[in-house]
Amino acid sequence: MEYVSPEGLRIDGRRPLEMRKLHAEMGVVAKADGSASFVMGNTKVIAAVYGPREVQNRSQQMSDQALVRCEYSMANFSTGDRMRKQKGDRRSTEISLVIRQTLEACILTHLMPRSQIDIYVQVLQADGGTRSACINAATLALADAAIPMRDIVTSCSAGYLNSTPLLDLNYVEDSAGGPDVTVGILPKMDKVTLLQMDSKLPIDIFENVMQLAIEGCKAVATYIQEILLENTKQLEYHRGV
Amino acid sequence: MEQRLANAWRMTVNEKKFIETALLSGLRIDGRNLYDYRKLTINFGREDGSSEVLLGQTRVMGFVTSQLVQPYRDRPNEGTLSVFTEFSPMADPSFEPGRPSESAVELGRVIDRGLRESRAVDMESLCVLAGRLVWAVRIDLHILDNGGNLVDTANIAALAALSTFRRPDCSLGGEDGQEVTVHPPDAREPLPLTIHHLPVAVTFAFLSSESIVVLDPTHQEEAVMGGRMTATLNTNGDICAIQKAGGEGVPQSVVMQCLRIAATKATDITSKIKEAVEAYNTERSLRKIKRHPVPNVSADVGRVKENKNLSFNLKDGDEFSGNQMPKISQLKLEIRGNDPQSDSVGGNTGIGSNMKGGITSKGGNTGNFLGGPSSWDPYSKGIDPNLLRSSLASRGVSVPSKKLEDLKREKHIISEAKTEVPSSDNKPTSLIINSEGGLPTNRKKTLKDAVKPKHKRKKRGSASTNGS
Repeated sequence: MEYVSPEGLRIDGRRPLEMRKLHAEMGVVAKADGSASFVMGNTKVIAAVYGPREVQNRSQQMSDQALVRCEYSMANFSTGDRMRKQKGDRRSTEISLVIRQTLEACILTHLMPRSQIDIYVQVLQADGGTRSACINAATLALADAAIPMRDIVTSCSAGYLNSTPLLDLNYVEDSAGGPDVTVGILPKMDKVTLLQMDSKLPIDIFENVMQLAIEGCKAVATYIQEILLENTKQLEYHRGV
Repeated sequence: MEQRLANAWRMTVNEKKFIETALLSGLRIDGRNLYDYRKLTINFGREDGSSEVLLGQTRVMGFVTSQLVQPYRDRPNEGTLSVFTEFSPMADPSFEPGRPSESAVELGRVIDRGLRESRAVDMESLCVLAGRLVWAVRIDLHILDNGGNLVDTANIAALAALSTFRRPDCSLGGEDGQEVTVHPPDAREPLPLTIHHLPVAVTFAFLSSESIVVLDPTHQEEAVMGGRMTATLNTNGDICAIQKAGGEGVPQSVVMQCLRIAATKATDITSKIKEAVEAYNTERSLRKIKRHPVPNVSADVGRVKENKNLSFNLKDGDEFSGNQMPKISQLKLEIRGNDPQSDSVGGNTGIGSNMKGGITSKGGNTGNFLGGPSSWDPYSKGIDPNLLRSSLASRGVSVPSKKLEDLKREKHIISEAKTEVPSSDNKPTSLIINSEGGLPTNRKKTLKDAVKPKHKRKKRGSASTNGS
C-alpha cells in the first residue's frame, strides 16, 4: 500500500514532515487538582492530576520523595471497533509504566516527601500517537496542578514508510508494520527521556528518524509553552492583576 | 502500579554512595569495565526448545511450545508468537506470585516486540490451513534468579529456546485436503522454526550524575541507576527495538553512542548463541543416528540407544529429576530400565519394573530415572567401567544373541548388563550392524515385562515380548 504518494502527500494529505493539528485546553476536569485535554489530529486525550496528597497505601510511602502513580486507559469507544476489557491488559500496563517513569524524571519529587501524585490519563479517541498525546496532556495537567517540575516533557512519534521518514503517524500508518519511533524530550535541557522503537531499522536511518521525532517534540513544546502562557494570563486576569 | 512493596530490598545510602563514587572513577563494583558483559553460559535441556541461560548471577529458563490454533482474523495465513514471563518469587523477594507486576509485563513486551515486530521468526511458514489452522508458538520465560539485567538474559533464553525448538510435522490429507494429521516425533522428524535473524537485547544503565553509562547492570547497579535503555539489535546492523521508558534524560549523542556499542556486543552474543545451538544440534543428531537401525536382538541396541541418550544427558548437565547418582550407576540404571525385552537378563526386567513408571516410549523422554541404584541390589555400585570395558574388549563383540546366552549363564546378571553397556558404548556401530533385523519396537515396557522375568530368558526376540 502506498503511504506516500508520488507527489509527496500522505494518506491524510499531509507532507512527510508535517505534524497534525494540535489543540490543548487546561482545567477541563473541575474536581481534579490539575487537568488538561490534548488533541493531535484525531487523537483526543484527557489527563487529570491529583496531588500532592496523602499516600493511600502507607507501605509505599517514601520518606524522601513523592510517590508518582499513573494509570493509562483507553475508553471502549476510542477505537474503530468497540473493545472490551481494556484496563489491566499488558499494553495498558506497559504504557502506564512508561508514562509514569517519564514524568517521574521531570517532577521534583524530593520537594514533596511522603506524598503521592496520581496521574490519570484517558484516551477518548485513538488515531495513532496515543502515547505521545498522553504524555503531552499529562505535562499540561501537572502544570495546571502547580506541581514543581524540572522541565516540561513533550513527546512525538515518527516512522519510516516507503523510504521516507514521516512525522506524527496516524493509526493507518502505524499499523502498516513499519518502524514506529516515539520520543519524549525535556526541551530546555535538550535531553531524551523516552525512546521507544519497534520493527526493524538500520542504525543510520534510525538516527534520521529519531532526529525528526525530536524536531516534532520541540514543535509541540513551543505550542505547549504558548498554551501555558495563555493560561497564566487568564489566571492573572481573573485575579485582577 | 504498586511496585514498591513493604518487603522490597532497599539499598543503604552508604552502598549507593560507594557505587556512585566508584563509577565516577570508572570502576564497577564487580571489577568489570564499563562496557563489559558478565559471563554468559547457555545450557539446553533434553527436550527441544528448552534453554537455561546464566548471565553472571542472573538465571532464566526458556521453554518453547507450539499448538494448532485458529489464526487472527486480520492475518489468516500467519502463525502467532506469544511471550509469557513468570517472575518466580524465588528470584527476588519483591516478586510476588500471581498477577505479573509492571516490570514483568514490560519485560515480556520488550522481548515480544524484539521478536515479533522485527519478523525474526517466519510466521508464514507456520500456516497449515490458511484461515483455519496455524501453529501458535508460545515462549515461556521463567526468571529463576534476579542478579540484574533480566531483559538481556531472558531475551537470550528465548532466542536459544527458539533456535532449538522443533515443531511436529503435519500433513494435509482427507478427501478435500482439509484434514490435518500431526505426526508424532518418532514417526516423522520434527521441523525447526525458520529464524531469519537473532535480535539480541543489550541493556545500558544511566547513572544519575555526569552521564555515566554502564552495560549490563547488576542488581546493585540497578538500584542506583537513574534510567535504563534496552536496545535490541541483530548482526546485520538493524535496530529491532529500543526501550527507554522514561527515567534519567540523556543527550541524543549518548543514545547514538550506546547504539553503536550495542551493535558490537550484539554480534558477540549472537555468535555465542549460535555456537551453543550448534553444539546442541550435533548432540541431538548423534542421538538420532543411533535410533534408526532396526535392532535384531532387542537388548543390546536398546541399551546402545539409551546409553547414548544418557551420555548426552550427562553432558548437558541439567534437568535430572532428583537424580543424584554418580555417573556410573546412572548408566547402569538407564540400561537396565530401558531394556524392554531383556530376554537373557531376567534381572534386568525385574529392575526394569522398578523403573517402569519412569520409562516412556522410545521416542519420548527416556530419561525419567527414578532414584538411585536400587538398594536391594548389592552389585549396583563399585563396578569400574574401565575394567568392564577392557574385559569386554578382550572378550570381543560377536553376535549379540550369543552374548545374551553367555549372560544368561552368568550369576551376576546385573553386572553383566553393565558390561554390555560400556562395550556398546565403545563399539556402537558394530553392535548395530549385528543387531539388524531384530525387534523393531522394543520401546514400551508394560506390566507384563515385569511380571514374567523367567519366561523372558527362554524366549528370545519373540513378538510377544515386544513392548505392547
